[in-house]
Amino acid sequence: MMLPNTLDRYHDRPSSIHDLDPRVKVVVTLLGIFSVLWLPDGAWGAYGLVWCMVLAVALVAQLGVGWVLRRSLVALPFALVAITLVFTLPGQTLFTLQLGGWEIRASDAGLVRFGSVLVRSWLSVQMAILLVATTRIPDLLHALRHLRVPTLLVTILAFMVRYLSVLVDEVTRLLRARQARSAASAQGKAGGSLLWRARIAGNMAGQLFLRSLERSDRIYSAMLARGFRGQYVTVNPHRMRRRDWLALGVALAALGMLQWLGRALS
Amino acid sequence: MPIIYEPVVRCGDGWSRAAPDAPALEVEGLHFAYPDGHVALRGVSLQVRCGEKVALVGPNGAGKSTLLLHLNGLLNGGQGSVRVMGMPVTTSNLPFIRARVGLVFQNPDDQLFSPTVYEDVAFGPLHMGLPEDEVRRRVAQALAQVGMAHYADRLSYHLSMGEKKRVAIATVLSMHPDILVLDEPSAGLDPRARRGLINLLRSLPITMLASTHDMLMVRELFPRMVIMDEGRIVADGPTAELLAQPELLEAHGLEAL
Repeated sequence: MMLPNTLDRYHDRPSSIHDLDPRVKVVVTLLGIFSVLWLPDGAWGAYGLVWCMVLAVALVAQLGVGWVLRRSLVALPFALVAITLVFTLPGQTLFTLQLGGWEIRASDAGLVRFGSVLVRSWLSVQMAILLVATTRIPDLLHALRHLRVPTLLVTILAFMVRYLSVLVDEVTRLLRARQARSAASAQGKAGGSLLWRARIAGNMAGQLFLRSLERSDRIYSAMLARGFRGQYVTVNPHRMRRRDWLALGVALAALGMLQWLGRALS
Repeated sequence: MPIIYEPVVRCGDGWSRAAPDAPALEVEGLHFAYPDGHVALRGVSLQVRCGEKVALVGPNGAGKSTLLLHLNGLLNGGQGSVRVMGMPVTTSNLPFIRARVGLVFQNPDDQLFSPTVYEDVAFGPLHMGLPEDEVRRRVAQALAQVGMAHYADRLSYHLSMGEKKRVAIATVLSMHPDILVLDEPSAGLDPRARRGLINLLRSLPITMLASTHDMLMVRELFPRMVIMDEGRIVADGPTAELLAQPELLEAHGLEAL
């Protein structure tokens, strides 16, 4: 049995952020991410302001500042891809590196661009973390559905969420069955050749695929048995209340202000 | 916690009270072969009357599941006919048939495909095109019936096996079926969950056909027993009488109690 929290990033707290309509949270998060990406390079003041906002939301949502920071570090390795910017943008040369026969030049404009990309992606990740930590996955799916994201896409996401843990269990069982029989005898070395082991791994992948295929067949039968005729229908459990509209208005105003400040300051 | 379902033997159009001995299920001369050539049913005839609770037993591969899948038209194409509440199972009737026959699959992970318990129980009624407040009413009712009223907002993959089984039953009860068809309902349950399930099945006032290997449950819960082997029905009668014939049971891979 897999620990449910490996997939579920939701943290149940009695906060006003958790209580907001998920549609508001999805829209504000997406707009927040776009608006951070939209800020000009080197608008450090505005970046700082965004970070303060993120921290404020984390505090109101009772998640703790340190927790959000720790979670957000996972994104940094991906952002490092942008390091090439330092050496490719034209500008004043800061230093040069000798790499074999090549000489590469670091420019100041490149460094600023790289720093900005790093900070912006890190801020975006923090916003996304806040969204999934304060919104249950079914509510997120509802929000997407009611924001007119194509039904097929949302349904695929819903099935993925539902069956990822089942699939991981399946893999765990396969691996365990292999381990249980991976013994060594007193004579000769254990493990077999690389080719042989690769073939076993390939067989396991095939097994997993076949099992998933059969399961999808059974799920489809279960859907048909309950009257599924090709259109996914759900109830709408969410209603926008006064405080949802208020939160949406305040957030949009803050993001607008941010854009203005970011341009005015830099 | 008040129980809000009506304790009537339900048969006929949804909640109406039909004659208690009207035929609910009529299977006649059913043959079926899978596309790979494996012949699963070789002429099965079976009648289940309103209000009856019938157990379908027999070794693996006897054709029990294949027969169950025919009852709401998930499998078809062989010879023979199936009628549900007097209605023949044909392509044009399928939407109605599927509301009449509540099919509970063996593995609840296949049956519970929605993120939350609530959405899963609402799936059937929603696809029947019922208005939203009726759907809500039925979901609350079905969850109360299986004793899972407080689980509506839970995520399906966080539930225990016994809880999943109960929710799986609620997902078809919410469609107000006339006949409950269960594939190995007690398989994979620990003794306590199994006991809870038996009590639940006993409390449901509904026609029932269940395939199972659990002979103790058959004796306790199902007055009538049908034995299948190699795609045929080999015995059909009162459970107590059939259980008193150890030669018959052993000839078809069953254990005498």
